[in-house]
Amino acid sequence: MLLDKDRIFTNLYGHHDWSLEGAKKRGAWNSTKELMQFGPEWICDQIKDSGLRGRGGAGFPTGLKWTFMPKEVRDRPHYLVVNADESEPGTCKDRDIMRHDPHLLIEGCLIASFAMRANACYIYLRGEYIFERERLQQAIDEAYAAGLVGKNACGSGWDFDVYVHHGAGAYICGEETALLESLEGKKGQPRLKPPFPANAGLYGCPTTVNNVESIAVAPTILRRGSGWFKKFGRENNAGTKVFCISGHVNRPCNVEEEMSIPLKTLLETHCGGVRGGWENLKAVIPGGSSVPMLPKDICDDVLMDFDALREVRSGLGTAAVIVMDKSTDVIQAIARIAYFYKHESCGQCTPCREGTGWMWRVLTRMAKGEAESAEIDMLLDVSTQIEGHTICALGDAAAWPIQGLIRHFRSEIEERITSYRIGRPHVQGGTVAAE
Amino acid sequence: MSDTAKVVVDGVEVEVPRNYSLLQACEQAGAEIPRFCYHERLSIAGNCRMCLVDWEGAPKPIASCAQAVGDMRPNRDGSPPNIFTKSERAIKARNGVMEFLLINHPLDCPICDQGGECDLQDQAMGYGRSGSRYKEPKRAVDDKYIGPLIKTIMTRCIQCTRCVRFVAEIAGTEEMGLVSRGENAEITTYLESALTSEISGNVIDLCPVGALTSKPYAFNARPWELRKTETVDVMDAMGASIRVDARGGAVMRILPRINDEINEEWISDKSRFIWDGLGRQRLDQPYIRENGKLRPASWNEALEVVAEKLKGDSSRIAALAGDLACAESMKATLDLMRSLGVQSTDCRQDGAALGVDADGNRMPRESYLFNATLMGVDEADAILIIGSNPRKEAPVLNARIRGAWLNRDVPVSLIGEAVDLSYPYEHLGDGPRTLSDVMKAGSKTFELLKSAKRPMIIVGQGALARPDGAAVLHEISKLAADVGCFTAPEGENEGWNGFSVLHTAAARVGGLDLGFLPGEGGKDIISILQAARSGEMDTIFCLGVDEIAAANFGSAFVVYVGTHGDAGAHRADVILPGAAYTEKSATYVNTEGRVQRTVRAVGLKGEAREDWAIIRALSDKVGKVLPYDTIDALRTQMSDDNKIFMGLDYAPLPSATSAQPPYGVSGEMRSEVFRSTIDSFYLTNPIARASKVMAECAELAVAKPAVAAE
Repeated sequence: MLLDKDRIFTNLYGHHDWSLEGAKKRGAWNSTKELMQFGPEWICDQIKDSGLRGRGGAGFPTGLKWTFMPKEVRDRPHYLVVNADESEPGTCKDRDIMRHDPHLLIEGCLIASFAMRANACYIYLRGEYIFERERLQQAIDEAYAAGLVGKNACGSGWDFDVYVHHGAGAYICGEETALLESLEGKKGQPRLKPPFPANAGLYGCPTTVNNVESIAVAPTILRRGSGWFKKFGRENNAGTKVFCISGHVNRPCNVEEEMSIPLKTLLETHCGGVRGGWENLKAVIPGGSSVPMLPKDICDDVLMDFDALREVRSGLGTAAVIVMDKSTDVIQAIARIAYFYKHESCGQCTPCREGTGWMWRVLTRMAKGEAESAEIDMLLDVSTQIEGHTICALGDAAAWPIQGLIRHFRSEIEERITSYRIGRPHVQGGTVAAE
Repeated sequence: MSDTAKVVVDGVEVEVPRNYSLLQACEQAGAEIPRFCYHERLSIAGNCRMCLVDWEGAPKPIASCAQAVGDMRPNRDGSPPNIFTKSERAIKARNGVMEFLLINHPLDCPICDQGGECDLQDQAMGYGRSGSRYKEPKRAVDDKYIGPLIKTIMTRCIQCTRCVRFVAEIAGTEEMGLVSRGENAEITTYLESALTSEISGNVIDLCPVGALTSKPYAFNARPWELRKTETVDVMDAMGASIRVDARGGAVMRILPRINDEINEEWISDKSRFIWDGLGRQRLDQPYIRENGKLRPASWNEALEVVAEKLKGDSSRIAALAGDLACAESMKATLDLMRSLGVQSTDCRQDGAALGVDADGNRMPRESYLFNATLMGVDEADAILIIGSNPRKEAPVLNARIRGAWLNRDVPVSLIGEAVDLSYPYEHLGDGPRTLSDVMKAGSKTFELLKSAKRPMIIVGQGALARPDGAAVLHEISKLAADVGCFTAPEGENEGWNGFSVLHTAAARVGGLDLGFLPGEGGKDIISILQAARSGEMDTIFCLGVDEIAAANFGSAFVVYVGTHGDAGAHRADVILPGAAYTEKSATYVNTEGRVQRTVRAVGLKGEAREDWAIIRALSDKVGKVLPYDTIDALRTQMSDDNKIFMGLDYAPLPSATSAQPPYGVSGEMRSEVFRSTIDSFYLTNPIARASKVMAECAELAVAKPAVAAE
């Protein structure tokens, strides 16, 4: 269990002053200039050494990502883009960081930009985050007024500008290259990779796209040392992490905890346990809507980190834990998630454009039982036809929840189908188009 | 790093340039890669996912169209990467994509015009399932209006975005796009307005399914019942390579052929949709004007009347050749006229000052050719356009110039009317005064051209077809020489000649090559018409002359040889029906000086005859029998007289110019601005004016766009 003294986000719940004055009291902007004087290489090395893995979902080592940027600025400027398009269902960690601890993010932007030799940083904000935009902009204005960003930021000699760009609320714009397209004023559709953003990103210039949390933790890691950060969590899953717990727990919350905390401990310590007790648990989606769900028997002892969840064929994702108790209709729940992906598919590439709608329709029927048992395998097959065949990861994200459902709750679907057919002896599954 | 990279495709090792896509490398290795969105001449979208291949060691299959071979890592042991195009994973991926493409496709092949030449249909044979697993309702998409040329059945669309990319990249009029997202994504022209590009019809060929089809051709024929003839287009002076598809005696459609040297694989809308004009307003028998009215006549009768006229005073007889006249007919006419002592002959219907200098001496061929060649546009590094609107005069060439600007940042400047060329250019001014300014050493444009390795000056008929045309030609050719457009054949620029005259008529260069110009003491077109108006011309023999107002012929007796009841036929006293370009084997020389030959696709209309044969028969009646009985003999004569007619289908090689520039005549230039000779792109010749489709397009082109607030 994380001690209060080890928290990075000390104002996660907004109990204190969010503004510059308050943030400074909590340690933000403390000796930023001195940190920068150690130089970009030192910063990258510290972050690398801390074992910080990207907090946006994929878990790519952040320090390593920073070193992909060219070592010198040549003919094209470098950019840092902060992905604040937090749209993954169940996830609300970046929202609270921007609301209550915006200065940690702004300071992180400066340090990360400096480490990557970027003089400009864009924060791409989710369309629905209107209050957060206002708050973040206020904080940026404060920082400008105090000389912390802008020309000669913090007196370091480094010129740095930070801009907030408000998106229009499309989930796909959280995919890093679609985000860049959108930022450039185009339709938000993912780009083909390679080239990766570090070679040709925003306006064709070297760019790094990082999640809000990855950037916001950087200054504290530097101040307290990579060794401090590394001591939390298991090997290769270092650090603290903001978990967003929602669903059938007694007290849904955001909480900063150590990585590799057991799921059961997380829920019982911070959320007042599962509604109706642990035995009433049916399933948990451990990392936002796009990762496969886990049934109770796995939840009993699984650890919350990248590798442990991968071993049980799920993922940490954004660490948005969605808890479902026994009252949940999991088929209906996944059908709703399938609808989300169908709605948010950008329509660029074939498997996702056509497949997400297909899966949603089949699942909607299955939720009623209006299907045939053979269609379960077909659905699984369709999901594997999408997975890995698309330009971006949205195709995978649409396929995984369904694969998780079938993997763990196949019998429930079969039961649903059987009981539906018993109720209507002559029904032919699937022939309902005309209704 | 070497310029090539190796890959092993299905066990076959190939070495390809690093910038090749993996798809191209696979093809090199003999593997067939299905694709929908990928097209050689468009940017890479990578969205259809049909070209997925298996890369040994990669976690998932990769889209081969989007993977540059140069970016691929070799295996750990340094051996080239292994690609499998027929592995289980690759095949499953493709089968999956094909299934997805088909679930919402209407499968209405029996009533689809694309049927029989549809990429989706063909590839479904290889990768599709025999039955559908999709039991949900299918998607329907509203059809869009995108103009009179292209029919849309948008439910068939597979969102490959080839059309969007073509319109944005090649045509340069960003009028199409993909709106909405996911399943609801639709291709549209946003406000459902007609495409304004002159080359919009190419999206029909690009569309891999039946979503965009030819509106005029709709439900007219099936590809397998058409007779395909590979021939040459005459709608502009480029001489695009086309394929004429005919059924029975009717041309059903016209498609482009791939020819990188001329039209890549595009043709203009005029070239493509002209075919309905080939069946309308046709002259199918000889006519004689009696008491002001034309009456049908027999060939014998009509030729007798003409022969009688031609036996008159040869100084009061003239012969003109129009924009669509083939070299054979011009050669026969010229030979006949000269044998009769007629010297007033001219093929320059628009009065352009090309071909002869002030003393009546023939100017070198380089003075009237597009010397840089059409492909040369891809090498030019600075382009100056004078008195031309290439977008209307040669739309496919314009697309090439756009490509030079888009892909290589070639600076384009223009002297002439400030028109929308579909790419940005520097508008220097609009008339000779600007030309004089530019010619001064030290002017920005002069230095720009001078510093270019391969400068190119495109001279339009708008600068030449005017009273001071010879003086303008003189000045432009002088400018060209000053900035280094002419280089030695052996130099590093391999005889680059950037002085390029853009013609507007398919017949013109052939006529100039044949010397269909005023003979000794003969009158040129201006003088001929002047003489006609003042009653000093008795007979004017017109080989398809339709762009001259009737009043200009005065009281002369006009003989018209042609195909359509257009301006020329209305004025004519005798009409001799000839063959259109799809109905004869005829020689045309394009603006580059490339000799090309059409192939007969359909038969002659009614009693019409091939043009050269009409002249040959006439010569018999006049008593000056031409020395050739077959078209082959005529062609032999033609190439004996001018060796350029000996070789077909290649642009002239650089040669040491016989007479050095400047060309034309030194003189005072007038102050009038340069105006393109083409008013309405869709109505430039008799065939186009007979076409209903072209009429509709022309009407749309002049219609003022509606103002949003109205």
